[in-house]
Amino acid sequence: MVRLNELTTEELFTPGHRLCAGCGAGVIARMTMKALRRPTVVVNATGCLEVASTIYPYTAWKVSWVHIAFENAAAVASGIEAAYKAMRRRKAWDREVDIIAFGGDGGTFDIGIQAISGALERGHDFLYICYDNEAYMNTGIQRSGATPHGAATTTSPAGTKIPGKPEFKKDFIGICAAHGIENAATASPAYWNDYITKVRKGLEVDGPAVIHVFSPCPLGMRHDSAISIELARLAVQTRYWPVYEVERGEYKLNIKVPRPKPVVEFLKLQGRFRHLFQPQFKHEIDIIQRWVDENWKRITKLCGEA
Amino acid sequence: MSRILGLTGNGAVAYAVKQCEVDVVAAYPITPQTLIVEEFSEFVHNGEVHTEFVCVESEHSAMSACVGASLTGARVFTATASQGLALMHEILYIASTLRCPIVMGVVNRTLSAPINIHCDHSDMMGSRDCGWIQVYVENAQEAYDWVLQAFRIAESPEVLLPVTVNLDGFILSHSLEGVEVLDDEEVRSFVSTRKPVITIDPNKPITVGPICFTDFYFETKRQHVEAMNQSPKTINEVNGEFAELTGRRYNFIETYMMEDAEAAIICLGSTAGTAKAVAKRMRGRGKKVGVIKPWVYRPFPAEQILKSVENIGSLAVLDRACSVGAPYGPLCSDIAAVLYKENVKLNIFNVIYGLGGRDITPLDIEAIFNEALEVAETGVVKEPLKFVGVR
Repeated sequence: MVRLNELTTEELFTPGHRLCAGCGAGVIARMTMKALRRPTVVVNATGCLEVASTIYPYTAWKVSWVHIAFENAAAVASGIEAAYKAMRRRKAWDREVDIIAFGGDGGTFDIGIQAISGALERGHDFLYICYDNEAYMNTGIQRSGATPHGAATTTSPAGTKIPGKPEFKKDFIGICAAHGIENAATASPAYWNDYITKVRKGLEVDGPAVIHVFSPCPLGMRHDSAISIELARLAVQTRYWPVYEVERGEYKLNIKVPRPKPVVEFLKLQGRFRHLFQPQFKHEIDIIQRWVDENWKRITKLCGEA
Repeated sequence: MSRILGLTGNGAVAYAVKQCEVDVVAAYPITPQTLIVEEFSEFVHNGEVHTEFVCVESEHSAMSACVGASLTGARVFTATASQGLALMHEILYIASTLRCPIVMGVVNRTLSAPINIHCDHSDMMGSRDCGWIQVYVENAQEAYDWVLQAFRIAESPEVLLPVTVNLDGFILSHSLEGVEVLDDEEVRSFVSTRKPVITIDPNKPITVGPICFTDFYFETKRQHVEAMNQSPKTINEVNGEFAELTGRRYNFIETYMMEDAEAAIICLGSTAGTAKAVAKRMRGRGKKVGVIKPWVYRPFPAEQILKSVENIGSLAVLDRACSVGAPYGPLCSDIAAVLYKENVKLNIFNVIYGLGGRDITPLDIEAIFNEALEVAETGVVKEPLKFVGVR
């Protein structure tokens, strides 16, 4: 648990970046920087956060920050970690350094998953944070393996026959946890305390840790930019986004939702689900609700809560 | 004090990397490169090196980890071949433009399809324009020698470019040779430790790899070109120091029996050894032929090549790779461009040979020499592009 008055007022992710108003990634990056414990290197996969925070010759980062490519943030982090280890061994480096890799859902669920799996298996000491806005927002809202069922994107449009994305979201944290790592967790920027605590914990564990955090996107999810945090809270309160962690295989529910709101409360605020409210596609909302219920049941069972 | 060790080409590379006290090796197995990382991992597991060996899950991650490690200030090595180099392709450009002095052994193997594990140069030629310094060697001794020199060249603050040392798959990688090696202490004083100019030291934060649009990208690339153009000075200095240390004098190119040659072959890698043996034999029969072997392919040694062909009447350019649909293979395209640029009228013809590991025999080479002599005499190139050894 972190207390608000304990948080540093220093901003290592500074204002003036070019992320959209209401973008979750900016809030997440800023909160992440508040949880640092020592000098840190940030690796950023290609994506919104990368392009909007470092347009040359400007940078929003007051930590060392590296971008190499889209699919390899975890591999780059592996190399950095290995380098510090080796340089410490030959006494060319004497300080402890934390390493954080950021990737969006495209860079994480899809093109980057091989590099992530490799880095987790090898046990590099770093924290991987996936800010998940549930589509390739940077390239113009294309569907990813993280896009939920029914969402309209530019490559899974709300057609007259196929109403948005037919497939369901991948269980990324389940995949990470299957590597037997120390800590893998989900989070929401609406629950700042939970998130910052998890970032700190992820940095403190010896070995890899992963955080999968919901990231509202006014442009791609098509919601009012003023309600981003409210939407992030609703994602949790509708049980759409269970907040839990897996420590060495042990699941633990961090935010209990005893009286969930129907998922429609979450869906109706977002233009990407607008088509589901047409009479011919209304059953799709039931399908999403069913997925939410089943996923919640599965997670809470794993957490020993059911 | 030097010693002679029995080493394969791959073993010579692994031994050199060990002596260079590399901080990070990130590599993935691929035939015929694998012996390098196998032998190196024995050094790691026997506690003979301080190196962190990252057994990555792909070549793409190998090069990515190398870039991360290099930006951190570490001395970095990797090795690959063929499909592995192709998979790295995206990151090769990033490594060079971010000015990461990585050294990579490329054990040349053809590219699929059909899948084939044997030698040709289509892997490196496919990534020819990646902005790395590229060296080709003829034997295991040269592989050892160039790896030592590669770290010096790459990490020089005047250069800061990655270097590939190319050795022919199986022909060199798996052949045992007597290799003269230096003492560890001699290597230590020749190569020294890396002294990075700028790193991602979190106590002095910097941003590396930002997005860079129409207003700055072009300048970044222009600087990269300039770094490559300036690198010959350092390569020359390092070659000179190495010669003082070992007596083995490297240069951008090797010329063999070129003094009074009427016709010559130019080729990369191990084929130069065969060509030299054939040239010697033909000289015995009074045929004035010679061989030019570029060690350094990028930066392209235009000046040295031009000088070496000043007095010949014909040049056969051997390419162990083809550029489908182009007038010539890659080496010949470069030669033709250099000759045209300097307004040198020399009759050249291009021989594509040895694709997928097809042997090139002394008889093949002799026939090429004879054709070159005929072209020198008649001034007529009958076949500007020919395939030798193909059915």
